[in-house]
Amino acid sequence: MPVHDEKQLQALTAALTWDGFRQFLPISAFVVLFGLAFGLAATQTGLSSETSLVMSALVFAGASQFAALDMWGTHIPLVPLALTVFAINARHLLMGATLYPWLSSLPPAKRYGVMLVASDANWAMSMQAFGAGKPGLGLLLGGGLALWLAWLLGTWLGIYFGSAIDDPVGFGLDMVMGCFLLAMVVGGQKNLRILIIWAVAASASLLAYWYLPSNSHVVVGALVGGALGALWMEKKA
Amino acid sequence: MMLETAGSGALIVVLVMAVVTLATRWGGVFVMSFVPINLRTQNFISAMSGSVLVALLAPLALEGDNGARLALLSTAIVMLLVKKPLAAIAAGILVAALVRQTGF
Repeated sequence: MPVHDEKQLQALTAALTWDGFRQFLPISAFVVLFGLAFGLAATQTGLSSETSLVMSALVFAGASQFAALDMWGTHIPLVPLALTVFAINARHLLMGATLYPWLSSLPPAKRYGVMLVASDANWAMSMQAFGAGKPGLGLLLGGGLALWLAWLLGTWLGIYFGSAIDDPVGFGLDMVMGCFLLAMVVGGQKNLRILIIWAVAASASLLAYWYLPSNSHVVVGALVGGALGALWMEKKA
Repeated sequence: MMLETAGSGALIVVLVMAVVTLATRWGGVFVMSFVPINLRTQNFISAMSGSVLVALLAPLALEGDNGARLALLSTAIVMLLVKKPLAAIAAGILVAALVRQTGF
């Protein structure tokens, strides 16, 4: 860990937020396409355009929104749907926990306000910034706003012009997030301890994927990796 | 409990989804405000943050179609070589599209 002023790492200014917003514009272009795929699928499932737009604006979590479409019909089982959404989005709990050391000095309104737009990509990039000794909260907030706008714009485009892209999977658009997150993993700090922890986390995730209830694998893998990290602590230089 | 999607039912479903998702975004931060931050919790947190991503990607890499697998492989290789995330992502998506279009 580079020695830096902790206060500097926790900074959240308009300039840092704007910088985060701009850094996320290229990836947001891909998210527009991903949102387009959602808007199209939602319309085909029979959601009104208002319902689709409100869902993208308020839920802002792609995988769980696609899962909701699978359960959509003239009647919806509310509790199973809520449980599915919770299971898919439970990784946010872990993201919030990992961000806490940097959020703790913010006043509660800001602390929880920033978390409104926390999602995989901006969380991963802000954690990478913190790991490199750079301020990350601007990436979290600014990047989150860029992703949110892109997701909303994409949904809207999908509702009205969705038929332009008839096969988003065929064009590899479902891989946008996966490739982004892998780039974050590969670009992060690596040493033997971390690689072994990741291997154990990956194995736990796969076992959960095969043998435990669906959508539990991310949480199981992450908690196993975290527990191993807590038992086998990093040696301080 | 079954809810009709006609009328305001769909909106209620969306609001329930939104509340559940918001609880996941806020819950982790809220719980951590009661946990003492010491060396062990810091190690737990930093190990968990990478593990979230790895746990998310592992089934995708193992159980996905060839397009998904080769896309991830290309992203990893380009990222290791040039260390530019956007180039790595673009390579991954391009490979996924090529593989799926050609039915490889």
